Amino acid sequence: MSTSEPSVAGIVAAPDLPEVLPPRKERGRVGTVVYRHPTMAFGGLLLALVVAMAIFAPWLGTVDPTALAPARRTRPPPDLIAWLSYWFAGGRHPPAVQYWFGTDMLGRDVYSRVLYGTRVSLIVGFAVAFFSAVVGMVIGLVSGFVRWLDAVIMRIMDGMMSIPSILLAIALMALTRGSVRNVIIAITIAEVPRVSRLVRGVVLSLREQPYVEAAIASGTRTPKIIIKHILPNTLAPLTVQATFICAAAMISEAILSFIGAGTPPIIPSWGNIMAEGRALWQVKPYIVFFPAVFLSITVLAVNLLGDGLRDALDPRLAKRI
Amino acid sequence: MFAYAVRRIVATIPVMAVVALFVFSLLYIAPGDPAAIIAGDQATPADIARIRLSLGLDQPFVIRFGDWVWRVLRGDLGTSIFTSLPVTKMIAQRIEPTLSLMVLTLVFSIVIAVPMGVVAAWKHGGWIDRIVMVLAVAGFSIPVFVVGYLLAWGFALKLDWLPVQGYTPIADGLRPWLANLALPAVTLGSAYIALIARITRATMMEVLNQDYVRTAKSKGVGQLAILFEHALKNAAVPIVTVIGLGIAGLIGGAVVTESVFAIPGVGRLVVDAILRRDYPVIQGVVLLFSFIYVLVNLGVDLLYTVFDPRIRY
Repeated sequence: MSTSEPSVAGIVAAPDLPEVLPPRKERGRVGTVVYRHPTMAFGGLLLALVVAMAIFAPWLGTVDPTALAPARRTRPPPDLIAWLSYWFAGGRHPPAVQYWFGTDMLGRDVYSRVLYGTRVSLIVGFAVAFFSAVVGMVIGLVSGFVRWLDAVIMRIMDGMMSIPSILLAIALMALTRGSVRNVIIAITIAEVPRVSRLVRGVVLSLREQPYVEAAIASGTRTPKIIIKHILPNTLAPLTVQATFICAAAMISEAILSFIGAGTPPIIPSWGNIMAEGRALWQVKPYIVFFPAVFLSITVLAVNLLGDGLRDALDPRLAKRI
Repeated sequence: MFAYAVRRIVATIPVMAVVALFVFSLLYIAPGDPAAIIAGDQATPADIARIRLSLGLDQPFVIRFGDWVWRVLRGDLGTSIFTSLPVTKMIAQRIEPTLSLMVLTLVFSIVIAVPMGVVAAWKHGGWIDRIVMVLAVAGFSIPVFVVGYLLAWGFALKLDWLPVQGYTPIADGLRPWLANLALPAVTLGSAYIALIARITRATMMEVLNQDYVRTAKSKGVGQLAILFEHALKNAAVPIVTVIGLGIAGLIGGAVVTESVFAIPGVGRLVVDAILRRDYPVIQGVVLLFSFIYVLVNLGVDLLYTVFDPRIRY
């Protein structure tokens, strides 16, 4: 509205406001997310990089991660001088800089092993997050809706939660042959009780909501109530929880492999690389160092993403923790 | 109080029963023939049959479970397949380093983390708060063995201030005991400190907004007294709960920390047992630690009434 508009007799239009406020910044959708949730954006970007690294591992200058070369074993990673002389020599490929992260005690390329190890960690992390979310949701829904089963299920979950999760996974792995699939199953079993407790809690509080009571009163069938009213409201806390489970599962996988109860040694996972470098860590610390750094960065990325997701999806919870 | 304590203690019995049933059932739930897997790849059929017999897998589940529970109640956790020693004896020989490590870590973590969280909440938004929050995220994200190797590399190998590995019994003197356990305790405590500091900060921030804190401030109570007497006591229940629940992570972390620092404790026993597929040992340790964990959390529940006299169950 402006003052130049014709005014009815006696009524004067309000004058234009002086421009005291800075003009509103227009941001795109991506810009808004980055601005409002910087941790989530940073974690997501970092995780995207790690995922890309896992997918494109074969094209990132890697060699066969299991190829042995005993003649070139425990070769340290090139230092600055080696890189500089390589640079000034015009980029020809002298053996000094051939192994970016050095070689292990069997002459295998640590860089290639670490890059391929990304795949194992991510697969285990995502798979455990997905399966424990699905199984936990089903158990939580059953427990929240079938009252007579609730007490039984929750006592079982309490018992399982009383077993420290790493010990539970160790016990399971001791009884099966080491494989990525069994590692996923073992860690999932250890994580399911927490998820089902969370879902059950959400379901029980949702059941008291007026709109759910209204749906029950108007004769909506239980499956429809679950799908239309309950499920959508469990998704936000479940997603946040799944992110943290993903991070915990990656650490668990590394711990299991590190103590010899995880993926078979033939598969280059970060835990396995560290387990193999363990005997030599005082003289050749780089074998342990590189997978350790990659594991920490990946877990940090997932945790930041989870923190950001929690702030974005559940502001009430974010204020509390 | 007494009635509550009794009721709470009785309530742990079904939990322990479920733990026992679950730990025992693992042998039956596991896919494939556990006897064959435990025996290893080079085993003869006679070996497998012997292990099956020693695990009692030839008998029906219910009879075997009843028998096992009866023996566990009398303090018999079975016999190691590898050493043929009673599992309780093997654990008893190695419990001291593990308990030392865990108690030291517990004390050290609480002493560091609680003031950290209190100050972070008090100076909310300031640089101390930011440092605490960054440390908290880092503590959650950096796995325990990574912290262990970094500390050992820096403080033991490069600076040569502390021994790299090993353990000295407390009977041989407090100083060498502490010197050996200092790095492992910091290592094991890293995630635990993050956990406690974070929950302390969160609860304290809530409590510091309460009316009674403002009242205390306005009648001139000193800042320290407000923080540690008025506020922290009221924030204690969630903090103590998290400290109790965090023991699970501490137990898992002890297995790894003992491997990194070559401490001859129960954690090493488990790792050796995995390599030898000595299942009775693993079973015994899992049961024992779950029992300790349940007892600690029972103690925490009983502590609630001390911190918050309003809690009357």
